[in-house]
Amino acid sequence: MSDLMNTNFNDISKEMLKVISDYDVENGFQGAYNIREDSQCAGRQSSANITITSKTDKPGIDITVKPFTKGETVFIPACVTKAAIDDLVYNDFYIGEGADVVIVAGCGVHNDGEEDARHNGIHRFFLEPNSSVLYKEKHIGTGSGKGLKKIDPVTECFLKENSQLEMDTIQLGGVDRSTRTTSATLGKNAKIIVRERIMTDNEEDAVTNFNVKLEGEDSGADLVSRSVARGNSHQAFYSVVEGNNRCTGHSACDAIIADNGRVDAQPALNASNVDAELIHEAAIGKIAGEQIMKLCSLGLTKEQAEEKIIEGFLK
Amino acid sequence: MLEIKDLYWSLPGGEPIINGISCKTKGRLTVITGPNGGGKTTLAKLIAGVEKPTSGQILFDGEDITDLDITDRANKGVAYAFQQPVRFKGLTVRDLLELAADGSLDHTALCDLLGKVGLCADEYIDREMSGALSGGEAKRIEIATVLARNAKLSVFDEPEAGIDLWSFSRLVETFEEIRNNSQGELIVISHQERILQIADDIIVVADGKIRISGSREEILPALLQGEYTCACPRRMGEKK
Repeated sequence: MSDLMNTNFNDISKEMLKVISDYDVENGFQGAYNIREDSQCAGRQSSANITITSKTDKPGIDITVKPFTKGETVFIPACVTKAAIDDLVYNDFYIGEGADVVIVAGCGVHNDGEEDARHNGIHRFFLEPNSSVLYKEKHIGTGSGKGLKKIDPVTECFLKENSQLEMDTIQLGGVDRSTRTTSATLGKNAKIIVRERIMTDNEEDAVTNFNVKLEGEDSGADLVSRSVARGNSHQAFYSVVEGNNRCTGHSACDAIIADNGRVDAQPALNASNVDAELIHEAAIGKIAGEQIMKLCSLGLTKEQAEEKIIEGFLK
Repeated sequence: MLEIKDLYWSLPGGEPIINGISCKTKGRLTVITGPNGGGKTTLAKLIAGVEKPTSGQILFDGEDITDLDITDRANKGVAYAFQQPVRFKGLTVRDLLELAADGSLDHTALCDLLGKVGLCADEYIDREMSGALSGGEAKRIEIATVLARNAKLSVFDEPEAGIDLWSFSRLVETFEEIRNNSQGELIVISHQERILQIADDIIVVADGKIRISGSREEILPALLQGEYTCACPRRMGEKK
């Protein structure tokens, strides 16, 4: 049962929440949620199985999922709606043994002012054995101020035996600066799957750092980053996959550049065990001419074809 | 109805590939055949607007489309199946078929379309048209995107290439259905006897020119004996 009475956020947040966390204006969020607006709590609700409590030593919350909780979704979006806010928050997720949940995060930064607006969310995930998490994170920037819109998420993941974390992250424009730092340490038979899609335009700059340590036997990582850099924007992708046991690791960086866009991809693989199977793929290029021609032969204009190709690529 | 008048095309370096082709399609299904490297694919690309002719004219239903680009020709009713299917990371089979049909397609329509090329919709509609598909699968989906357009004129460049025998049989039936139901005119570039056998007209292209053209009844018997396709002038001489 949702409780709209427990929420108190402004219209800018409301619009951003609709985009970043599928906020339902009529019914609010179902289940557990915590909404952060301009460094304050703008609504919170725990559920029978998911408890959200404030940290006492620093800004942020602890999200605790009871063991064997199945099929629940917890929403923890954050919004910055004005200039001169530098939001720093520490959120820790404790996922109980055998739990299987969805976490919808996401961040929107709106800036109509002269000074910068920033959200810096430091998330830590502790997955107990046999647990499974789908983590969805969407980032947007809106507003027409000269101040920069910045989002710098830091995510640290600790996966115990047989646990699985799937991260689905999207940034589709409007964020002037972002540095995304993700690290993970995996135990026996644990799996991490990361799907990242980033589009930058104008003068935007986005940096991604992945560092995955495959410590446990038969642990596995699959990181796929797809990016589009247009205008004068720049993106950098740095990944390090370490195989310290019998394990499988795959990372792929696939980028389309247009206009004066720039992409740097520096993938690294470090193996210290003969049974570590690590693979990396990286490709950077413009949209293939034959792809545009094919879609034009279906009746699309060149511009429509390019949009469709990028839309599909980042889907 | 397609009419080609004195068409020429050369490679950027100047090497001539199409050397004065003039023809007019009359039937519902025209097959263009001839030896490899003779200019068939280039002719198909010139018809679709993928390449622009050096000189000459292309008329479609009486209208001069020579200067129209691919998009404009597509919107006039010209569809073109690429010999090498184009791959897209992220676009699914459904995405492409719906773009081709210019609207959403229900499950039955998707089944019908993919069935025509011997594919089961349930297995394919949500798959990416990427390198993960085999050559034959991608080729059949490429053909299905053209069938989805229901175009006035559909041009297929070697539709048989890379397709297994069973799917090919289904495809031949599909071409026959289109022809028999007057669902649009077809130009098929092919070396396959089974496709030649369902043609209304056959055009033999070699050395960038039309070697001979006419109805299937006129051309096919001699063609099967190699009389018009043989590229060796000496052997041509022997046969004469």
